[in-house]
Amino acid sequence: MPAVSKGDGMRGLAVFISDIRNCKSKEAEIKRINKELANIRSKFKGSGDKALDGYSKKKYVCKLLFIFLLGHDIDFGHMEAVNLLSSNKYTEKQIGYLFISVLVNSNSELIRLINNAIKNDLASRNPTFMCLALHCIANVGSREMGEAFAADIPRILVAGDSMDSVKQSAALCLLRLYKASPDLVPMGEWTARVVHLLNDQHMGVVTAAVSLITCLCKKNPDDFKTCISLAVSRLSRIVSSASTDLQDYTYYFVPAPWLSVKLLRLLQCYPPPEDAAVKGRLVECLETVLNKAQEPPKSKKVQHSNAKNAILFETISLIIHYDSEPNLLVRACNQLGQFLQHRETNLRYLALESMCTLASSEFSHEAVKTHIDTVINALKTERDVSVRQRAADLLYAMCDRSNAKQIVSEMLRYLETADYAIREEIVLKVAILAEKYAVDYSWYVDTILNLIRIAGDYVSEEVWYRVLQIVTNRDDVQGYAAKTVFEALQAPACHENMVKVGGYILGEFGNLIAGDPRSSPPVQFSLLHSKFHLCSVATRALLLSTYIKFINLFPETKATIQGVLRAGSQLRNADVELQQRAVEYLTLSSVASTDVLVRARPSTPVTEPVLTDPSPWARAPGLATGFSTGQGRGLTSPQGGSSKFPVSLGSSPPSPFHLALFPASSSGLEDIGPPIPEADELLNKPQTGAPVILSPPPPPPRFVCKNNGVLFENQLLQIGVKSEFRQNLGRMYLFYGNKTSVQFQNFTPSVVHPGDLHTHLAVQTKRLAAQVDGGAQVQQVLNIECLGDFLTPPLLSVRFRYGGVPQSLTLKLPVTINKFFQPTEMAAQDFFQRWKQLSLPQQEAQKIFKANHPMDAEVTKAKLLGFGSALLDNVDPNPENFVGAGIIQTKALQVGCLLRLEPNAQAQMYRLTLRTSKEPVSRHLCELLALQF
Amino acid sequence: MQFMLLFSRQGKLRLQKWYVPLSDKEKKKITRELVQTVLARKPKMCSFLEWRDLKIVYKRYASLYFCCAIEDQDNELITLEIIHRYVELLDKYFGSVCELDIIFNFEKAYFILDEFLLGGEVQETSKKNVLKAIEQADLLQEVSYKEAETPRSVLEEIGLT
Repeated sequence: MPAVSKGDGMRGLAVFISDIRNCKSKEAEIKRINKELANIRSKFKGSGDKALDGYSKKKYVCKLLFIFLLGHDIDFGHMEAVNLLSSNKYTEKQIGYLFISVLVNSNSELIRLINNAIKNDLASRNPTFMCLALHCIANVGSREMGEAFAADIPRILVAGDSMDSVKQSAALCLLRLYKASPDLVPMGEWTARVVHLLNDQHMGVVTAAVSLITCLCKKNPDDFKTCISLAVSRLSRIVSSASTDLQDYTYYFVPAPWLSVKLLRLLQCYPPPEDAAVKGRLVECLETVLNKAQEPPKSKKVQHSNAKNAILFETISLIIHYDSEPNLLVRACNQLGQFLQHRETNLRYLALESMCTLASSEFSHEAVKTHIDTVINALKTERDVSVRQRAADLLYAMCDRSNAKQIVSEMLRYLETADYAIREEIVLKVAILAEKYAVDYSWYVDTILNLIRIAGDYVSEEVWYRVLQIVTNRDDVQGYAAKTVFEALQAPACHENMVKVGGYILGEFGNLIAGDPRSSPPVQFSLLHSKFHLCSVATRALLLSTYIKFINLFPETKATIQGVLRAGSQLRNADVELQQRAVEYLTLSSVASTDVLVRARPSTPVTEPVLTDPSPWARAPGLATGFSTGQGRGLTSPQGGSSKFPVSLGSSPPSPFHLALFPASSSGLEDIGPPIPEADELLNKPQTGAPVILSPPPPPPRFVCKNNGVLFENQLLQIGVKSEFRQNLGRMYLFYGNKTSVQFQNFTPSVVHPGDLHTHLAVQTKRLAAQVDGGAQVQQVLNIECLGDFLTPPLLSVRFRYGGVPQSLTLKLPVTINKFFQPTEMAAQDFFQRWKQLSLPQQEAQKIFKANHPMDAEVTKAKLLGFGSALLDNVDPNPENFVGAGIIQTKALQVGCLLRLEPNAQAQMYRLTLRTSKEPVSRHLCELLALQF
Repeated sequence: MQFMLLFSRQGKLRLQKWYVPLSDKEKKKITRELVQTVLARKPKMCSFLEWRDLKIVYKRYASLYFCCAIEDQDNELITLEIIHRYVELLDKYFGSVCELDIIFNFEKAYFILDEFLLGGEVQETSKKNVLKAIEQADLLQEVSYKEAETPRSVLEEIGLT
């Protein structure tokens, strides 16, 4: 090939290109281009007497192409390019086609002209022109081209008189059209003849045809089934040929590497050949390839080894695809094992990648495992991050119970120095392996805490939620988890995720390590609180929940914690979630103190935790025990309906119903509350078959201002409640927990409307299953609609048989009229105007009563808010007094309510005044509310 | 193969061939991203990397990077040799090819590529067969334009030889 004459046909183009290259700045380049564009435009417009000749047209079109490829927009010249297509000079036609291929235009008139030109060239019988046209179709590959030519090309492909080069172009052109719009390529008689191109004498034709067949056979495997034996025999001939037999198709002493790889790919579209002879021949081929890998190289050039190994890797892919020849799988694995230590980085990379798939085959899993030390070494020493990532993938794939501890610890070590880009993935992999192969859960806990310590930023929520789920559900690890997390928190700088996990675990299980003076309750609290101020809102919210749990677990911390909650930085926090939590928890803590410590357990030493165990129904069975997918996407979200987490993390918007604070089955928190009615004496009496009658407990005043908690508990049964109300509608979840190990029979809870309550309140529910297994918890949902105002709550009647003895109890449901309160904000002026409007004597109810609880303004506020009314500031001239307003929503009517509470600290008395538009409502609300203070 | 890019060490794109339909905007974005990624890699690093859901195979020849995007099932090593064979074709055609040859004769680089790869698949692996097709065109060109322009070498003309 002479090294002259290349492109010297277009001197103007060369001058233009060197001009551009000489431009010193982007601006200069743009200026030069604009000048050229203007020049070309005027030439194209040129007057009649100076029509452009083909050469000039070609030159300008080529310049436009160059400008476009530099990254500039070109919006003209298409027509001139199309004109070039019909030139009978090859180079003009060639440039025309190149322009069309690069600057595809959707102008329909142009497309018609282009298609015409292509049609002419396809029909020209000049193979060079036909190939140009086919290249253009293949390069554009649009649907319009498909519509115009998809039917013609198969004909050209299988025609007996087509030149080889035309057949090659036609095959790949058809492939491109088929990929773009499969519906346009008609299958038919030609398909059988395409398969026979595998036998073609011309290697180039076979090379092109295999690609087409590989694509077509995926959609219609049966139509192309005959290709298997043809491909095997073709492959066999290549593999067994001497290195020079194939002349120009031999590449660095490797016979036809591209064709071999393509044939091996084609075979991967099918299962192993059914015909024993074909299969035998194929296995022979595969063995030959494996054998050749052991032979000394015929050349030192990297091209030789690359081509040879390309075939080897494709052979291994086929062996893995068949996954049926243990002998070949193990040989493949050994071969890859050699590559793991090869000096070529590329080979190490590919060997790691390929071994990953081998690890999942039962036949080769053990063989892969023998390379563990090499792979660990790769993880430590490879200089290229993409190779290290392959090593991490392989370690993950080869992990099983026997090597999990080693692999996890190596990955943890790697994590300390791992590239940021892959840390999150490594963290997830470690977390999955640690859980999947945990034999003792203390190892699992250690591993996750290490993850947080080493790469806290990359530990996603899924991962640390999961450790909480597991600790909550496994008694044997709770003490260890508490101890370990307590130690981890000692570090001066520990990650916020560690604080979250620590906050949760100590809040639930801190009591398990409280016996040790080094981790006594005050120490636990001050350790957590020392992190508080550095944490995000979500974490601080979680810690506040931990604190309220601490009050419950460790009454001696109560005063300190109340002090923290009461601090202005909490109660007046700008963040609504934190403020709400502080207010509610402060209230809760004072409610709990009176009821639990004074009234219910007067003789109980203050240090004994009220609660030592999470309530049994908090541990719903059926918690997922494994990650459902390798990517960890299948984790149960703790924010979801089946949540096991008592704390919302502040990511959900604060609910007006305060639900965020008490999700469904939290453990323990609800148990802070007044005494649970106990019926021991009754139950212990000898029974004679008559139902045990449990008298309804006194009205549940504690549920007037809150929506969640334990409604009832005795030795057999615990009933928890969680409810939310909006407008005149409400939904209540009742959780019945069987505390015994014996099944309850005939379990029938039902709602009873005393008197004419059903006309005021509609409650719908579904029947539950009649049995409740020992230790199990069942849930009942009540849908409630307030039709009109009502004074007495509905009753819940629960009947069941326990050990053959019928049991029965009746409880008041915590549904009171104030649940349907809508708080209403108004200015002082409006308030007084309405107050005056409600001045009829029967509209007002007033009560003066002695304080039953310490008179704390913040607690009072919280209670009034919990009651449902809005609190109005700057209305009452006396700042000590409280003023509120709200509307009770029922289906039939709305009742406006105004209230005023005047505390008298000296006398330890309150005066409560209610004014509503309906007399009984005023009285009823007044009675309900008065009991709260 | 989904696309092939040739770019210089300075990040200048010298050739782009797309075998899947993409908008111009998307093409520019991909190019920018890949040029940056590949140029940031050190010599001796492996020639393959994962990128989006594709595999990138690249190799540097003097001042030019050849970069191919292939699909998950495709063979990396054979792609590396596709690049090498293309370089051999250019080398044989231009006689010891350099970046300038590809800049000044970009259309030839595209023509050679089309003879070698079509629709992202290898069409013809024989060096002889590929170059025969290109050679014929040049002979035609020689005859047609000998009178129209001075037959001086471009490189000579702009002082590059």
